[in-house]
Amino acid sequence: MKRLDLARLPSEATRDAYGQELVAIGRADPRVVALDADLSGSTKSSVFAKACPERFFNVGIAEQNLVGLAAGLAAAGKIPFASTFAIFITGRAFEQVRQSVAYPNLPVKLVGSHAGVTVGPDGASHQAIEDLALMRAVPNMTVLAPADGVATRALVRSALDVPGPVYLRLGRSGVPSIYGPEGLDVTSFAAGGSQTILEGTDVTIIACGVMVAEAIAAAYLALDDGLSVGVLDCYSLKPLDGPTVLAAARRSGAIVTAEEHSVIGGLGGAIAEFLAETNPVPVVRIGLRDTFGQSGGPAELLEHYELRAKHIRAALDRALELKA
Amino acid sequence: MTGNHGPAVLGERRIAEIAEIARQIRIEILKMTAAAGSGHPGGSLSAAEILACLYFEIMGLDPANPAWPDRDRFVLSKGHAAPVLYAALALRGYFPREWLATLRQLGSPLQGHPHMRSTPGVEVSTGSLGQGLSMACGLALAAKLDKARWRTYCLLGDGESQEGQVWEAAAAAAHFGLDNLTALLDYNGLQIDGSCADVMGIEPVQERWSAFGWQVCEVDGHSVSELLTALRAASLVRGRPALIVCRTIKGKGVSFMEDQAGWHGKAPSAAELARALVELDAPEVSGGGAA
Repeated sequence: MKRLDLARLPSEATRDAYGQELVAIGRADPRVVALDADLSGSTKSSVFAKACPERFFNVGIAEQNLVGLAAGLAAAGKIPFASTFAIFITGRAFEQVRQSVAYPNLPVKLVGSHAGVTVGPDGASHQAIEDLALMRAVPNMTVLAPADGVATRALVRSALDVPGPVYLRLGRSGVPSIYGPEGLDVTSFAAGGSQTILEGTDVTIIACGVMVAEAIAAAYLALDDGLSVGVLDCYSLKPLDGPTVLAAARRSGAIVTAEEHSVIGGLGGAIAEFLAETNPVPVVRIGLRDTFGQSGGPAELLEHYELRAKHIRAALDRALELKA
Repeated sequence: MTGNHGPAVLGERRIAEIAEIARQIRIEILKMTAAAGSGHPGGSLSAAEILACLYFEIMGLDPANPAWPDRDRFVLSKGHAAPVLYAALALRGYFPREWLATLRQLGSPLQGHPHMRSTPGVEVSTGSLGQGLSMACGLALAAKLDKARWRTYCLLGDGESQEGQVWEAAAAAAHFGLDNLTALLDYNGLQIDGSCADVMGIEPVQERWSAFGWQVCEVDGHSVSELLTALRAASLVRGRPALIVCRTIKGKGVSFMEDQAGWHGKAPSAAELARALVELDAPEVSGGGAA
């Protein structure tokens, strides 16, 4: 694939793409309804609220009821998209997600925006770093973490075809449109899939969400050093694209995972678990190392928690050492 | 099919028929919990008349077609009272009565708490307390969106209303004007650790729900005629949801279970089942209990 100039790609927040696409699918499918818990302006469900006001329900600051209402609507044939910040929909309402939605396998689409430390100055209380772990652990749940607006739009559309619940993880900050027409020009994304951005024989970076762009930048650094590095956007944490992950592990023999999430239970956990049972190779995990975030600018926080391209680049060397 | 458009005044005979159904529901509750060796007879027995009224007189249903889109919906928010729901569904013809003997067994369609994917006629999955009223609100919202005429009924426990989510849902139901929703509170006054008043007071019940914007009335939850009158009145309320506070006795119908918190989550032994069935005037079925 062509070498991307990441700094020059248009920037878009995944939450903005979500709001726009929700309107598009809502206009096409009358089963679509949306709910929010007083954060519609932030999650961008407000765009849907303007376009389809009769099908939008603001439940106020009551996330448990948000999930329960969505479950009831789904039990009556609607396809609800329930959104609030990632930590609240997965953490505050965890047991409602489990009992009312996932256990009966209802088609509720849970949308968690402002995930990870790039929420920024709001600090640890608002920075979801365990949401992927929580949602992965729940049976019947599909877990998606798109890297840009293009992937987000496609996954919102494909969520309609998933017969059960979906957790869609979105970010607050703008990210480069790596799949846009000025980027890789890719439009095909679906639950259970992945996007191979680069293939390499020395080591493969498996990333999701905002870390995909960092992974690409890290791979370019390593390519310039003469390494053969793969990059796999593993936007579907569950179901995992096992065959593609396995092929990458066999091709390169070492893996670095990169996520804006705890290294426990998220993408790194999913990859390590899968490869331990199928094709054990060294797996080095980039993410928050069992620590809460804090206030700061998004870029500062990525730097502080060692989530930048240069940190991934260093992890590649660690993976290569383990491989040898 | 029964519907909620029947005559406003019921004859004594129909009331006696529904009371008889409640007696049969009680018999099945006792038999199935005894056979299972576990379960929640106390809070199931307290709701026998409530379920009998809903399933045999009030709700529009088609047991042969559980997915009939215009059916009325029932949510058992106090999911541990699954035996009373299963008994009503079996007697109403949703599934064979023989299924009741499999309650809580591996592979049974009758899970320990109601699960919509396991049992015909179960509308949502409950068991973790406090969540059912939210789901009932979602169902009622969907009916409003579709301009459909079916109603949603939700049975809450008294102890359950200590859960904060119940009040999130109570506020939402009033805010969205869900006059197609009737909630019933099984107010038997007892929870696992003792009386609700001692564990965590829930009074003043009527004032709390009224303050949240609900139309509230109180009935003797074991009086079929009072329940039917209140349920019909609730369906006529416009602009807001209705709550019927049902004053009940936990373990109702079995002298040694009545008003005893200890029978919240304990199954009767074979001997206790036999004694209970005699009290329910059903000694002939006592052999069909514990295996």
